[in-house]
Amino acid sequence: MALWARQGSRWCCLLQAARAAGFPRRPRSCSSPAQACRGFAPLALLPSRNDVLPWRLQAYRHVSVGSCAPPDSAKDGSFSSPESNLPSPVKQEQAKAETLPDLNAKILYEDWDDIPPSSALEEISEEEAIQIIAEPLLPLQSSTLRDYVDHSETLAKLVHLGVDLSQVEKRQKAGQLLLTLDFEKDIRKILLFLKDVGVEDNQLGPFLTKNPYILAEDLEALETRVAYLKSKKFGKAEIAQMVSRAPYLLLFSVERLDNRLGFFKNELGLSVKKTKDLVIRLPRLLTGKLEPVKENLQVCQIELGFQHNEIQQIVFKTPKILTTSKKRLRQTFDYLHNIMGIPHHMLTRFPQVFNSKLLRIKERHMFLTFLGRAQYDPAQPSYISLDQLVSLPDEVFCTEIAKASIQDFEKFLKTL
Amino acid sequence: PRGGGAQGRHCRPTPTLVSVTVRGPRFRRLKIGAGHRLDVKASGVFVLGIGHGNKLLTDLYNCHLTKVYTVGGLFGKATDDFSDTGKLVEKTTFDHITREKLERILAVIQGTNHKALLMHSNIDMKTQEAYELAVKGLIRPMGKSPPIITAIRCLQLALPEFQLEIHCLHETQQYLRKIVHEIGLELKSSAVCTQVRRIRDGVFTVDDALLRTQWNLQSIQNAIWDCQLKVKRELEKTLG
Repeated sequence: MALWARQGSRWCCLLQAARAAGFPRRPRSCSSPAQACRGFAPLALLPSRNDVLPWRLQAYRHVSVGSCAPPDSAKDGSFSSPESNLPSPVKQEQAKAETLPDLNAKILYEDWDDIPPSSALEEISEEEAIQIIAEPLLPLQSSTLRDYVDHSETLAKLVHLGVDLSQVEKRQKAGQLLLTLDFEKDIRKILLFLKDVGVEDNQLGPFLTKNPYILAEDLEALETRVAYLKSKKFGKAEIAQMVSRAPYLLLFSVERLDNRLGFFKNELGLSVKKTKDLVIRLPRLLTGKLEPVKENLQVCQIELGFQHNEIQQIVFKTPKILTTSKKRLRQTFDYLHNIMGIPHHMLTRFPQVFNSKLLRIKERHMFLTFLGRAQYDPAQPSYISLDQLVSLPDEVFCTEIAKASIQDFEKFLKTL
Repeated sequence: PRGGGAQGRHCRPTPTLVSVTVRGPRFRRLKIGAGHRLDVKASGVFVLGIGHGNKLLTDLYNCHLTKVYTVGGLFGKATDDFSDTGKLVEKTTFDHITREKLERILAVIQGTNHKALLMHSNIDMKTQEAYELAVKGLIRPMGKSPPIITAIRCLQLALPEFQLEIHCLHETQQYLRKIVHEIGLELKSSAVCTQVRRIRDGVFTVDDALLRTQWNLQSIQNAIWDCQLKVKRELEKTLG
């Protein structure tokens, strides 16, 4: 990262200026800053390990951390093992701002070769002891982001944006990613891009909570994908809606998006306009797995016995049927068709019954049967339509449809 | 967390909000314990204890209070697991069954169970105290015992369906289904159990029970509050 190289070069200049003799640069084994600093032991004048000398004045500790960085950035340029450097960029951010002027002075005025550093066992006076600031060290490894939130500006700004870090840290490598990014350089660009696409301000937090990986994406790739969607004649507001509701959408490459749109067009046999409409209403279809969708379609056709055109109608009205679990679909259909006696064409007219909870349908149907009002055939008098059966809230259902009080309904439910 | 002001955000999130988004929710788990078991095919009153209430559950168990069930049955069929969803084993006629015959069988069952009740209660029946307890109906086994039916009566009989109300102790729902099957056999026919519903578990009745739609914090708190007094009184009476 450019950031580190810049810091590295700064440290390099300082140390070279202070030294009388050059020192060998060993290739650093990338396991921990402590170990790497041990690699500089022959230079002996630097305290060799962070954890042994916590009581050292801050300056020394930051020097040791800083000196570990230069060979890394000088040697390989790319940050091959950002994991082990986790605390160092964080500490460097602090150190950079606060201790740089001190260090400058110290190094120029002290002669490293002559005066050995005082050992840890030396006795010091009371005043000096009081002046020592021993901050607890940032843990090198942690399973939560809580430990780093106070020290990292990036994390603090994300929290202010509304990102729920406790959810993010549960994802694989997402916490790692957030710590290595810098708000000003990387995250800001992506946030501005998302705002351009049309994601609302107050939606940015939840969006990033669900999909923190977008912060690692290349801006140009993201723009290409949005351009592809526009070329497929999705309007700006529609793209904004799709992206907000399916945060993973922009992580898919153009070919993948193309494949998926093609898949839905072929499988469902709908026209281009209808397929687009479907995808806008349920963008999750594009980001989810395709196997379950195929299986659901098979179930509808073979087990439930719907005709192809009926399936098309149902899917267009309630696309969620493609993503529900098969067991639930079968159970609901079984009850509706075999026990309530509703024929296929009625179910095609009111596919929203497949989305509602089976328990609700059962309770209400049994209550209506008990009252003798279970009539679902439109040709008969006092017909009750299926969408009213499932979508009305309890009170309205009781008073309007069942013509009974809600206490009666509850008493009846307690007898089931 | 510092450094929030630079961007000019409209308002700072409060410290509690920030700590939730960083640390996660404060309460993640609840200790919930269950009272007497209710199997999958049965329904009715099911007592749960939350947190410290689990200790009360143990105490209630040690009170050995009776439970009341409504058991629905169907004459004419017999299945392998005594319920109407099992594999059919035989079919019989049931026209000869009358209410009288049924009640006679129920009286026999109640009699044998009463003897078992007295035996397992470990009370010397020849004492005056035993007589007084028996009059009040307070005799029951205060330790482990096989399932005992303290009272059984027929609520309705509309061939081939019938409904019974059973008061029992230390039972399982499968035992009740077996009783239905045996009643069928005694009546020289066969029966399967269509419904087992617990309407009372010790001090808790169906009126205290919460429906699926009432499983929210407020209703649960109210329910706990309402039953507190009853439970306390019962525990004091029985366990002293």
